[in-house]
Amino acid sequence: MWTFIIRRLLQSVIVIIGVTLISFVALQIGGDPTFLFVSERATPEEIEMIRKALGFDQPLHIQYLTYLGNILQGDFGNSLSYRQPAMDIVLGALPATIELTVFSMIFAIGLAIPFGVFAALYRGTPVDGGIMTLAMFGQSIPNFWLGIMMILFFGLYLNWFPISGHVPLIMPLLQGDFMTALTNIPSSIYYMVLPGVAVGFYSLSRNARLVRSSMLEVLGQDYVRTARSKGISERAVVINHALRNAWLPVVTMVGLEFGFLLGGVVVIETVFSWPGIGRLVFNAINQKDIPVVQASVIVLSVIFIALNLIVDLIYARIDPRVKL
Amino acid sequence: MTNLPDAFAIAPVTGSNFSRELRRAGRSMVAAKWPLLALAILFVVVVVAIFGPWLSPLDPNRQNIMMRLAGPMAPGPNGATFVMGSDALGRDVLSRLLYGARVSLMVGISAILVGGTLGTIAGLVSGYFGGWIDDVIMRLGDIQLAFPFILLAIMFLVVLGPGLVNLILVLGIGQWVTYARIVRAQTLSLREKEFVEAARAMGDSTTSIMFRTILPNIVAPLTVIASFNVASVILAEASLSFLGLGVPPETPTWGSMLAQSRDQLIANKWWLAVFPGMAIVVTVLSFNIIGDWLRDLLDPRLKERG
Repeated sequence: MWTFIIRRLLQSVIVIIGVTLISFVALQIGGDPTFLFVSERATPEEIEMIRKALGFDQPLHIQYLTYLGNILQGDFGNSLSYRQPAMDIVLGALPATIELTVFSMIFAIGLAIPFGVFAALYRGTPVDGGIMTLAMFGQSIPNFWLGIMMILFFGLYLNWFPISGHVPLIMPLLQGDFMTALTNIPSSIYYMVLPGVAVGFYSLSRNARLVRSSMLEVLGQDYVRTARSKGISERAVVINHALRNAWLPVVTMVGLEFGFLLGGVVVIETVFSWPGIGRLVFNAINQKDIPVVQASVIVLSVIFIALNLIVDLIYARIDPRVKL
Repeated sequence: MTNLPDAFAIAPVTGSNFSRELRRAGRSMVAAKWPLLALAILFVVVVVAIFGPWLSPLDPNRQNIMMRLAGPMAPGPNGATFVMGSDALGRDVLSRLLYGARVSLMVGISAILVGGTLGTIAGLVSGYFGGWIDDVIMRLGDIQLAFPFILLAIMFLVVLGPGLVNLILVLGIGQWVTYARIVRAQTLSLREKEFVEAARAMGDSTTSIMFRTILPNIVAPLTVIASFNVASVILAEASLSFLGLGVPPETPTWGSMLAQSRDQLIANKWWLAVFPGMAIVVTVLSFNIIGDWLRDLLDPRLKERG
């Protein structure tokens, strides 16, 4: 068990170093990176000065080590448009993004499991057909378009849900204000419904199909047949025998799904003017604010990697067969 | 996606084998109905992509400030009709949609070719040689998958700048791992087969064994992956165009049309968002249906598990 944990930890460290290497390459790939940090009207002397100040006149390997050292201290340099540390800006926007991602994940996984189980239990019936058709559509709709359509229909036409705005949950918690966080919950969820569903719908569809096939596989196993032949009620067979084994793949998918949903949230935030990292990145793209883009991408990647590490460790704990 | 058909990998591909499989495919498609419809839709999309310039009623980039944001079926310039309305610059939505098919399909297919070629070569090398080369290539893939793809794409496109070639490269490089993993797994099992042994005994060069003996037997699973992949690449292209990282604004793509529709949302100019979005959904759905059907066809064991 301990060797597994240590190996897995080392792996994560290597992957994080890989991530920083890729982001470093991304900086260099377009030629002299100095030009990413200067305004178009800068004189050659100014450019030379900035190149020296940022260390771009050094050999590449020195540049990378400096870059790595800075990142490890959370220093991505100053944002070019806000004139404050990029990391602070990103961390300020992070809670809103996490809230939306967690919400969409609860929506996606929470519905995917019952949908998938029902489709498997009623295989070949219209219930199955209906759920699977919906899932097929769900995997073919761009999330931001779904967001736009929901804004048009549920927001502007029916007027049921707000089409923009955000009530913070994590921020008051971090500031130790539990009462505010608690009273904010209902309105916070109300604002998250449209963007959360738009992001989560693809995951819901994909995972409903996964749960269905995982369930069908388990239902065909010998021990399920044995349980049935013993005369145990179908309900007990499904709950005690099938579900218990079918939920293992679900744990793995939670980790991977989080990263995927994060990617979706980044896009959907611009549709709903959600004050998170996605909108930050979108504005940074338009203003060519490289430090903010880099800080955002690396912070999100590290969260994703850490989460996958945790999921793997939990998985090893609940499934004794994993002792790699 | 990880359920890989290996039914095709048992015997080396020959001509008669192939035509028999083709007939089987034809019968199965007619029987299944949905794939047939999907194929018909894709055929239309391809025709539109090729003949778009002749089919479109108006010049897709012709601005007409007097007739901006006209609703569907509104009269256009010179007695023409804005069948799907006009956008904020008075350009015809239908014409842009038809042109967009070309760019969207071209980006999708080119990216698959880039990613598929890279991934296939990496997978062949990795599976055939094994050892440290295999380790390096596969760990590289692991690292790349540790990034949510859209973030990786954003990071590179911000530096490289938006543009057709950059977009295709980034989307393609984003896909290579998928192909490499499949090709590697297949190569691992194939390299021990008799017909590969035979080729080796005949003194064929390593490159010839990899590309002429092994590769033809991996084409079938690759086509399945590719058809799913076109779907997800078109979705990714739409997302990136939506973020302003796709092709230049004057080039119409479905994603960039949606991006431009965002500013008109509050004013309820629904036609700007509805039509390009439907074009994406119908195309991607068709690719997904074909992919599902191909997978069932190539490996009937998976059909049960859907």
